[in-house]
Amino acid sequence: MKTDEKIITARNLVKKFGHFVANDHLNFDVYRGEVFGFLGANGAGKTTAIRILCGLSEPTSGEIMVAGFDAHTQRDLIKKNIGYMSQKFSLYDDLTVSENIRFYAGIYEISAKEIRSRTDDLLKRLGFEHAKNKLIRDIPLGWKQKLAFSIAIFHRPQIVFLDEPTGGVDPITRRQFWDLIYEAAQGGITVFVTTHYMDEAEYCDRVSIMVEGRIAALDTPDNLKKSFNVANMDEVFRKLARNIE
Amino acid sequence: MFISAKNIFKNYGSTQALSDISFEVNKNELFGFIGPDGAGKTTLFRILTTLLLADKGSATINGWDVVNDFKTIRNNVGYMPGRFSLYQDLSVEENLTFFATIFGTTIEENYDLIRDIYVQIEPFKKRLAGKLSGGMKQKLALSCALIHAPELLVLDEPTTGVDAVSRKEFWEMLRNLRDKGITIIVSTPYMDEASLCDRVALMQNGKIMQIDTPQHIVGEFPRKLYAVRSSNMYSLKDDLLHFPEQHSVHLFGQYLHFTAREREADILGLRHYLEGKNHQNIIIEAIEPGIEDCFIELMTENSASNEN
Repeated sequence: MKTDEKIITARNLVKKFGHFVANDHLNFDVYRGEVFGFLGANGAGKTTAIRILCGLSEPTSGEIMVAGFDAHTQRDLIKKNIGYMSQKFSLYDDLTVSENIRFYAGIYEISAKEIRSRTDDLLKRLGFEHAKNKLIRDIPLGWKQKLAFSIAIFHRPQIVFLDEPTGGVDPITRRQFWDLIYEAAQGGITVFVTTHYMDEAEYCDRVSIMVEGRIAALDTPDNLKKSFNVANMDEVFRKLARNIE
Repeated sequence: MFISAKNIFKNYGSTQALSDISFEVNKNELFGFIGPDGAGKTTLFRILTTLLLADKGSATINGWDVVNDFKTIRNNVGYMPGRFSLYQDLSVEENLTFFATIFGTTIEENYDLIRDIYVQIEPFKKRLAGKLSGGMKQKLALSCALIHAPELLVLDEPTTGVDAVSRKEFWEMLRNLRDKGITIIVSTPYMDEASLCDRVALMQNGKIMQIDTPQHIVGEFPRKLYAVRSSNMYSLKDDLLHFPEQHSVHLFGQYLHFTAREREADILGLRHYLEGKNHQNIIIEAIEPGIEDCFIELMTENSASNEN
């Protein structure tokens, strides 16, 4: 649920690769418990910005705070306080469901006892108890997706970054996945999500759209549709991306 | 008929990748295989391009058998796999020359066919393929698949991970190629791309659920579909699911798509029900279904019949 507390602040975020400016003075805030959609065409600079916000890459300049830590000097602390899930899931095919959970939880230094009790809770909630000892390669794709998300928030991070989490997923599982996202947000986790499905942009509390390294628009889906005078987010996106041509 | 596939089965160990796949594609058709990851699209394309043997069943392309005439097929088919598989350490121009040479032709000979696509990357022809952006890689891969003027173009998820605007442009390129006389089969997980194909096969779990023109598939949707909205979307979904006459409720962007058990819903009754649940600014309007509505309906029917 969206609150007034800022969990990410970016002031004049700049990232250059040589002479190429990938992120050109990005300014935005993300609030605790918010579902924040991060959209943009391929090559607009989304991945570069996400890598900085996750502590994987150092910004060239700007004041950026993520979960209370500085993106220049406290990148390791950022990594400990966030979760991340990408489209190419990060689960190990040749480990079982519970081994995957134990592996990730171990990296985040959760105690063995705590891992056991949280694993039981998690598998019960997902209805996966019978699959506990199955290899990841043997479980259906839709399950993998839900499991990957649950593992990304297993260490109870303040923010979870989802990079095209629903790419290639069937339309029913895709909708169930958004139920999980809402559940996490209701529980106070901030969700920072990228997608190429424009209907999913409607499910976000607020949406930013990047065009050529800059944030071209940032508002609630309703306000964006109003200010561009169009019926849906697909048209907002197309108007913004076409204007640059 | 240009492609004919009959009763194709393929298992990987105990996993059934394809189950009794049959279809036909006409010459000069733009034919789409629509379905999520794991539906069997890549396996099917690999069988058709002679890169994989089916366990059972047969297929021909332009009368050539995929097993016996594999060499002829390879010379007459352009294949763009899902993963970028050109040489990253060769330049744009070197990659294209390489593929032209393998097929005993030259860039100049078939330049007409690739011109519209290749001009967009020609300014970067000295750049290494590995250093191209995603969109440019896609255009180079398409150019390489086309350089020997194939009769059939096979494209495995060419638009996956591509933004909405670039996807539209890519489909325009495909329609232009179709108009130049090339038969095209293309797979995609994006349901909205179905409407850009002449005909589509909707695939799920190794099976084809339906084959038809997108217009017919949408026209055969068994119920009247309604878009419903109110001030509180979160409780609206729950309340609609508990409406006694409910058949299906699915979130579609800013609306919920609703069908009743009867072909038509009692809209007045539904409105009274929602008002009784304190919903405000209720909108209920009959709408035309899209391919995604049809896909969900077919998935639900299939899983229901599997359980019985």
